[in-house]
Amino acid sequence: MDTVEPSKDSEHRNCNILHVDMDAFYVSVELLSAPRLRGKPVIVGFPSGRSVVLSASYEARAFGVRSAMPMAAAMRLCPTAVVVEPRHSRYSEVSRQLMAIFSSITDLVEPLSVDEAFLDVAGAMRRLGPPRTIGEHIRTRVHDELGITASVGIAATKFVAKIASTRSKPDGLLLIPKEETVAYLHTLPVNALWGVGAKTVEALARLGIHTVADVAATPVQALQRVLGKSGEQVHRLAWGTDPRKVTPVRVEKSIGAEETFAEDTGDDAQLKRELLRLAHRTAARLREAGLLSRTVALKLRYADFSTISRSRTLSSPVDSAQLLYATAVGLLDGLGPRPMSVRLIGLRAEQLENAGQTAMQLSLDRRDDNWRAAEQALDKVSAKFGRQSLLPASLIRPGRPDDAGGKPPTGT
Amino acid sequence: MKFRVDRDVLAEAVTWTARSLSPRPPVPVLSGLLIKAEAGTVSLASFDYEISARLEIPAEIAEEGTILVSGRLLADICRSLPSAPVDVVTDGSKVTLSCRSSRFNLATMPENDYPELPALPELSGTISGEAFSKAVSQVIIAASKDDTLPILTGVRMEIEDDLITLLATDRYRLALREVPWKPLTPGMSTSALVKAKTLNEVAKTLGGSGDINIAFSDDSELIGFESGGRRTTSLLVDGDYPKIRSLFPDSTPIHATVETTALVEAVRRVSLVAERNTPVRLAFTDGQLTLDAGTGEDAQASEALEAHLEGDEITVAFNPHYLSEGLSVIETPYVRFSFTSAPKPAMITAQAELNGEDRDDYRYLVMPVRLPS
Repeated sequence: MDTVEPSKDSEHRNCNILHVDMDAFYVSVELLSAPRLRGKPVIVGFPSGRSVVLSASYEARAFGVRSAMPMAAAMRLCPTAVVVEPRHSRYSEVSRQLMAIFSSITDLVEPLSVDEAFLDVAGAMRRLGPPRTIGEHIRTRVHDELGITASVGIAATKFVAKIASTRSKPDGLLLIPKEETVAYLHTLPVNALWGVGAKTVEALARLGIHTVADVAATPVQALQRVLGKSGEQVHRLAWGTDPRKVTPVRVEKSIGAEETFAEDTGDDAQLKRELLRLAHRTAARLREAGLLSRTVALKLRYADFSTISRSRTLSSPVDSAQLLYATAVGLLDGLGPRPMSVRLIGLRAEQLENAGQTAMQLSLDRRDDNWRAAEQALDKVSAKFGRQSLLPASLIRPGRPDDAGGKPPTGT
Repeated sequence: MKFRVDRDVLAEAVTWTARSLSPRPPVPVLSGLLIKAEAGTVSLASFDYEISARLEIPAEIAEEGTILVSGRLLADICRSLPSAPVDVVTDGSKVTLSCRSSRFNLATMPENDYPELPALPELSGTISGEAFSKAVSQVIIAASKDDTLPILTGVRMEIEDDLITLLATDRYRLALREVPWKPLTPGMSTSALVKAKTLNEVAKTLGGSGDINIAFSDDSELIGFESGGRRTTSLLVDGDYPKIRSLFPDSTPIHATVETTALVEAVRRVSLVAERNTPVRLAFTDGQLTLDAGTGEDAQASEALEAHLEGDEITVAFNPHYLSEGLSVIETPYVRFSFTSAPKPAMITAQAELNGEDRDDYRYLVMPVRLPS
């Protein structure tokens, strides 16, 4: 490097995206408690039945064992492999520690799964040094603190960073300089591109397109004819263009919906009908996000814009519209006579908990389970035919079937 | 009106009558105690349209009469007076209480505005105060505290001849207690839904003095209790109580017997780490019950106890609060758990001996918690 600022140039400060991925994560975690298995072919999965390989050590991969392969097939390929049953609680524990390391590097962490994430380190270079130094720093910390190995891909865009980490595995680091991105990509087969799976590979092969370089040399219109809408994206990726930013997943603090009436109202029946609609919208969003709510809040804005809210904490968290509705109606009734008509009504589910990690108090009242089942069925119908295809009967407005939904929900 | 009564007698009478006063009376006169001096006895009464309370105490009456005076203030004054005779004298619209050298002047309220108290319905039968108190305390733990479900805040009393059955549920557990009584009419059959809070007050304040007389009104709107000169009536909770007896399982192939106090203590210890009522797991194996609570991230606790198991091994998780409330009202040395299968409700009953039979006069049914997968 004989440029004026050789050090600056070799630091690749424009490659600010890191993709960090653990090597054979489940196996690595298992080896921590069974070091005698190191160096042997190890498969994590259930040994019997129709189970599949969840993770395989590199020794097992050498025999052709791959993730998601049926266990029986894996055992035929590698009969000497040691099969270890998965312990998901242990993996999520290590995963939490891993994510903690990532967030000590930068706030811009986008987890993709339990063991991999994108990091945007643009803001961390001043503190921690150029991207390669940060990548090595992460690898060292993961190794020293968690006892497992990580591979790091560094590039100017997310998808190139991911390609880089895949190419550096296991226990490696690969930086693809921005100016060499296109040249590098054009050495790869077409399935290296994001979103190009077996079907697309097949479709492209019929046009004689086998490599990323082939894609880049094909006019966008031709790609669109075969691939439809995604043709343009595939073409862009082949030229190393990926505008997606690293977006940290925001943890929702509450989910809710509110409705401003076309005309202020004092009618109890109308307010409750609106609450039922809001409860269904909120509950569907809770279920979609896999969350349960422990506290239900009611918000009323009166004609003079004065606003009050009341909330109630339940004995066990819920994601059912019926229970949200019953609680909100209880809060509304508890207000007693209202001083004036109501301009806006809102319902909010607060104190959210992850449904997968929350114990569910079962009810003696079979109707509770029935409501739950009914609402899950509602979710499925909505997913297939759209939100307004199935509604509680009391929400159907006679003669105006197309207008049953009102405004879309608002949420924070 | 003018009478003299001992301070202790007055204080006790005023305190009891004033406890059913509403803190937010629907009309101002209902914040008052109605005091009537007549024919050698002084009667005190309170009413809030839902609950009425009335009692009589003997007193030296110099002049008969009726007054209405603030119940809360009178109760506070009586409690702090010295232990000596108290003179109560009206003077126009005022009433004066004097006791030794203390004097209090209170305003009276117009007694003519005071509503008429509901009459105590005709007596239906009697029950031992002690038995009734115990039965009530065992059942009200399962009543709902959620006012949005008014029906479930009540305790259902079912009367069939000489047996009263008390039932309560908050949808997560159900308590049933059968207790004998002496009906006035043999073969009577009726039912009433009484607020758990009211029943608890009755049990606490009337249960200690011998028998309690119970009166069901013919129109099924009112219930009355009387004991030792104290009478109280309460409106019944309106509505159809769910049919919950059928929730008890028909057959329970799995039974586990554990020493009661050891289990109560173990649950108390283990649930220290069960924040926000996260569940306590109970694993019954042959000869042993293992309890544990807490999650991987936070604190954990576990404990093992001796247990006698009949049937398959079973692991169930419960809200620790629901579990310990049920265990706390079991008074026998042993407690029996009866299971159908893990996601079905578990039944808790009392048992005197390790290898004996369980008693069926009290049954506490509790729904388990489904653990995250």
